[in-house]
Amino acid sequence: MTRKMRGATAVALGATVALLAGACAGQGTADQETTDGESTTAEGGDATVEWWHNSNTGEGKEYYDQVAADFEEANPGVTVQVEAMQHEDMLTKLQAAMQAGSGIPDVFMSRGGGELQNDVDAGLLRDLTEDASDTVETISAFTGQYTVDDSVYALPFSMGLVGFWYNKDLFEQAGIDDVSDSPTIDEFYGYIDQLKAAGVDPLSVGAGDKWPAAHYWYYGVVRECEFETVEAAIESGDYSDECFVKAGEDVQEILAKEPFNPGFLATGAQEGPTSASGLLASERVGMELAGHWEPGVVGGLREDEKVPDWLGWFAFPTFEGQAGDPSDQMGGGDAWAVSNDAPDAAVDFAEYLLSDEVQTGFAELDMGLPTNPAATGSVANETLAQLIPVRDGGGETQLYLDTRLGQSVGNAMNDEIALMFAGEATPQDIVAAIEEAAAAQG
Amino acid sequence: MTDDAPVTTAASPVTSSGPAAGATREGRPAAGPSAGGRRAKRSQRRKYLEIAFFVTPALAMLLLFVVWPVITAVQMSVFRWNGRGPLVDFVGLANYVSILGNDVFVGSLVNNLIIVVTSIAIQLPLGLAIALLLNRKMWGQGALRTIIFVPYVLAEVVAGVIWFQLVQPQYGVIDTILLAVGIEPPAQGWLGDMDLALWTVVAILTWKYLGLAVILFLAGLQGVPEELYEAAQLDGASWWQVQRRITIPLLGPTIRTWGFLSMIGSLQLFDMVWILTKGGPANATSTMAVFLVNEGTRSNNFGIAGAASVILFLIALVMAVLYQRLILRRDAKGVA
Repeated sequence: MTRKMRGATAVALGATVALLAGACAGQGTADQETTDGESTTAEGGDATVEWWHNSNTGEGKEYYDQVAADFEEANPGVTVQVEAMQHEDMLTKLQAAMQAGSGIPDVFMSRGGGELQNDVDAGLLRDLTEDASDTVETISAFTGQYTVDDSVYALPFSMGLVGFWYNKDLFEQAGIDDVSDSPTIDEFYGYIDQLKAAGVDPLSVGAGDKWPAAHYWYYGVVRECEFETVEAAIESGDYSDECFVKAGEDVQEILAKEPFNPGFLATGAQEGPTSASGLLASERVGMELAGHWEPGVVGGLREDEKVPDWLGWFAFPTFEGQAGDPSDQMGGGDAWAVSNDAPDAAVDFAEYLLSDEVQTGFAELDMGLPTNPAATGSVANETLAQLIPVRDGGGETQLYLDTRLGQSVGNAMNDEIALMFAGEATPQDIVAAIEEAAAAQG
Repeated sequence: MTDDAPVTTAASPVTSSGPAAGATREGRPAAGPSAGGRRAKRSQRRKYLEIAFFVTPALAMLLLFVVWPVITAVQMSVFRWNGRGPLVDFVGLANYVSILGNDVFVGSLVNNLIIVVTSIAIQLPLGLAIALLLNRKMWGQGALRTIIFVPYVLAEVVAGVIWFQLVQPQYGVIDTILLAVGIEPPAQGWLGDMDLALWTVVAILTWKYLGLAVILFLAGLQGVPEELYEAAQLDGASWWQVQRRITIPLLGPTIRTWGFLSMIGSLQLFDMVWILTKGGPANATSTMAVFLVNEGTRSNNFGIAGAASVILFLIALVMAVLYQRLILRRDAKGVA
């Protein structure tokens, strides 16, 4: 009996050890995978390129599968392992991989700014300045936000702008016949008043998710501050220039008009019919401040799943006496980054994704706003194509400031801006919160 | 004192299960000062092996998924770390100082305490009343019990999403009904108004968890001996007197245990708040768990999040121990 018992105990202990070992082994296997990839490249021409992207539905997914297949055909011996993921899932998985420092895909999406900087500082990304010099040359107008210490670490394939998407029908009903492409703030207030008079909620904003509200403040900064002032402030962590407070005051002035949808403090950004984008899609508000993704999101939230004809776009209004160049805009994009231990074929693949051919197909399917000048004329959707001349009109494009500053400072800033939307913080508080978070980051 | 209790309770099912029980009973008298010490030693060792056999897998899980993360959190909490690379930037207790001076964290803690108190203050009388009502023989008893219990069975996220739609301003079902009967709903909606949001969350939590209280109380009521009721009735006690003097006192242990579960649940509250408001508007509904998720996975301030989780752990531990010592003491004694 005793012996039997002891045997069983040993089994139980053994199982426990196996369990623990198994848990630890997870990391090891992932490591091995990447090293395997490398060694095969060294031996022969064979390589596997693991590629993560977020076009996980419909035509976009099919297109990217085709792109991968074409690349494999043109490069015998190279296998592209495509992982199409839902956007949020991809971000979570990427973050986990970056923290573990292993299991990082060979080619993946980066949003640039402070987030990219963190990955570069941790030595996780490959310097593409030399390895992909031709491509970097082609898209040089957009590589600024993906450059750390004069080295380019990711190849931007889509770069869009934030602006007001509006419902042409509702504007017409409210008697707004003349909608400017780049209105002044007074013209903009005119739209708000006329929409209100017509019984339409002028604006929707997903302040529950914070960043949509924060976009107003970012644009305030782009308008009130010179581009160089912002760059210098980010560099030094000193935001004492008056223009940052003025940006907050501009937003407060907009808030004082009470233009937003009821319950905007608890409204989500773009998920479902109750979100800010949902309200625009279901024709319940006149306009919404959003990026180049909006036609796709609004289309997806409509019953027929088509981008509505009534969707129009105009730039964020300009302010009297503003220090920022009126042609400067705020926006952002997505870039392909290559991990540090990826095979050389991964760089070739990233470059292929930026080629005239792939970018043109990308534009034709309205998957984004291409950066390769050869493809910019191919954007199919007219409303979306409207953004290209504004983007390429000579002004600077400031990256979404939260992405620019990295998660730690970016979220502290967004939290404070959301508080101001609730009437619980002042323009000075926002500046103080940014400085404090920047200082805490060291 | 209380530490010993789990060991005895854990060991007793082992000894009473199967043939081992006889052996132990045999061994015990021999454990005296007289001869046969070796046998006693052997049986003693076997008992330990038995305990090890049954406890090891659970213990390993506990170490891996509870103890290890707690240690990691404590370690993280004294570093400044953005999630990339090794822990190198030692900051001592700076993270703790920064959290305790952080309005959002303190506000979240207060919200947690409000939810602890209101959950018990609302659900206890309401749950008791419904349980007493449903304990009476009546038509549709089973159906009513089910209806009350359904919200508890529903996944928290599903319930959250449903309620989020119901309380939408203007277009939501609740506002539509209110408008139809001529009551003006709050302009910014139930979740968009800073003064109402927390109470809306409390109301939804009450709807969600009342079922648990009712079902536990009903189970407790089954343990109240029928004879006591009969005796009371013979003595001419009214229904109210019976409830006050017999039912509720005998339901004591159940109520106290439920209170403990409710308190722990309130301290850990996350999912419902995250679905409904993400802690907003203006942090009006933020809880400690929301705070630490915001700081950790959203802002990459893992040091701060680690410190917040340690504080949450300590608060929960202190409250749990105090509750055990002060309120559950009577029940624990009864068991021992």
